[in-house]
Amino acid sequence: MGIEVVVEGLTKSFGKQNIWQDVTLTLPAGEVSVMLGPSGTGKTVFLKSLIGLLKPDRGRVLINGVDMVNSPEREIFETRKLFGLMFQDGALFGSMSLFDNIAFPLREHTRKKEAEIRRIVMERIEVVGLLGAERKLPGEISGGMRKRAGLARALVLDPQIILCDEPDSGLDPVRTAYLSQLLIDLNAQIDATMLIVTHNLDIAATVPDNMGMLFRRELVTFGPRELLLTSEEPVVAQFLAGRREGPIGMSEEKDAAALAAEAADPRTRANTPREIVPQLEPSPGLPARRAAARRRERVLGMLDRLPPAARAAIERTYASAPTAPAMPLPAAGSGS
Amino acid sequence: MITGALRQTGRLFALSAEVSRAIFKRPFQFREFVEQFWFLASVTILPAALVSIPFGAVIALQVGSLTQQLGAQSFTGGASVLAVVQQASPLIVALLISGAGGSAICADLGSRTIREELDAMEVMGVSPVQRLVVPRVLAAMGVAVLLNGLVSVVGILGGYFFNVYLQDGTPGAYLSSFSSLAQLPDLYVSELKAVIFGFIAGIVAAYRGLNPRGGPKGVGDAVNQSVVITFLLLFFVNMVITGVYLQIVPPKGG
Repeated sequence: MGIEVVVEGLTKSFGKQNIWQDVTLTLPAGEVSVMLGPSGTGKTVFLKSLIGLLKPDRGRVLINGVDMVNSPEREIFETRKLFGLMFQDGALFGSMSLFDNIAFPLREHTRKKEAEIRRIVMERIEVVGLLGAERKLPGEISGGMRKRAGLARALVLDPQIILCDEPDSGLDPVRTAYLSQLLIDLNAQIDATMLIVTHNLDIAATVPDNMGMLFRRELVTFGPRELLLTSEEPVVAQFLAGRREGPIGMSEEKDAAALAAEAADPRTRANTPREIVPQLEPSPGLPARRAAARRRERVLGMLDRLPPAARAAIERTYASAPTAPAMPLPAAGSGS
Repeated sequence: MITGALRQTGRLFALSAEVSRAIFKRPFQFREFVEQFWFLASVTILPAALVSIPFGAVIALQVGSLTQQLGAQSFTGGASVLAVVQQASPLIVALLISGAGGSAICADLGSRTIREELDAMEVMGVSPVQRLVVPRVLAAMGVAVLLNGLVSVVGILGGYFFNVYLQDGTPGAYLSSFSSLAQLPDLYVSELKAVIFGFIAGIVAAYRGLNPRGGPKGVGDAVNQSVVITFLLLFFVNMVITGVYLQIVPPKGG
């Protein structure tokens, strides 16, 4: 089962520039969470802070009792073995073939025989659909393939926490939809805690159990997906609708004058309510996600603390399908 | 400005300490070490030999002409050999290790850093210092020691040739003055210098490679800086070691 990740009061600056401050959230064990945010709000920095690659100025990240910010180097290195991180462009070793790249963690951390390594690696290569390309160098394949190879490498050590940095960037909508399904299938198979950082609306609408959003140097909200999908918060609503009208401007924030002008314009009020797309289910033949049951328990428990719209949405979700039927892939590219 | 320089210096020393510690940590990256050793040797041996012949010759000619004017011609051999073994050879080695090997190390690590390869390695719980930097630094030190021997021999042969054939020195005088002035500690300090210079060249190259600033251009700048910084450090450290050596080891001729 996955491991809970507790983030408390995390603050990060580069020099004088504050990236975000006082981020506090808990990634529930085994569930899939998505962190949204416009470009340049420090989503990748957040991901790297979780794993201890960047050192936040304040705050804690607790994993199994180890603080990834302040603990001794050795404990952080040990704890990192629980992680699988999929980098934005794969971050493969340029001098090694895909096979050696994916085998790298196994060769470093286990004493497995070469035959055993080969079996595991080929299995992962098949999962991400790269069979036949294992002898190629990272420079010889497309960006999407590099991404998938990066995912395969993140998976070989059976991580309990999987972090994905923009899994959709550079992928076409169809491949993005397949990747979404792949992530859900993985979650069903290994029950790992997952955090996906993205600004892709399809992934946000169909994959996660929980969602959060970073904007203006802080965490706007974090909670069950229904909470954000029904949110009246202008930033969240604007982002999920992919509109120009709202607090998010081209250069991150709009000035007050532009906002006032927008508010006065009657056309911008034509706000169609979003409908909540059902969450993806694991492919037929795979076990049900164990996290789903845990989440149901957890979310129903916190129901009275949620705003009415979110509560209603959650009640609808759980009323309509006690054991939800397997969903086909959603129409790709419909979000933006 | 000053705090910036001090911070860089501190981080350089921190990396040296980390590398020194990681050298003794298992598992040792033997394969990487051999590859780097081979690479460093292959890019430095030929230039080192080619540089050391004229260098030995220049020293022999200069010292020869000086001693001739002083009427101490018979000591040409000893003087020029000492200059080659103690000063010229370790410096030639260091300049080549840093210029030919260090720049390659720095560029390699730098481009891996900006491609996030090193981040990926750390995420997988593998320390880049232990995995990549230690083998490179050890290889630089090892190659420096061996290369130092080569350069000394080639330099002395070059000096001998020019002294005997061009300045009409006698082979006997060259060799006997050599054994009356030179002593074994001269060779020891030469090798010690080579080891230290190799370490410095490796560490500085790795340090600049691990911390490039902003993209491919940053890697180019880092390579450039690593070579310049290494040269500055080398000449300074050389001065200190030479000063200390001349103080604590009594000269044989005296």
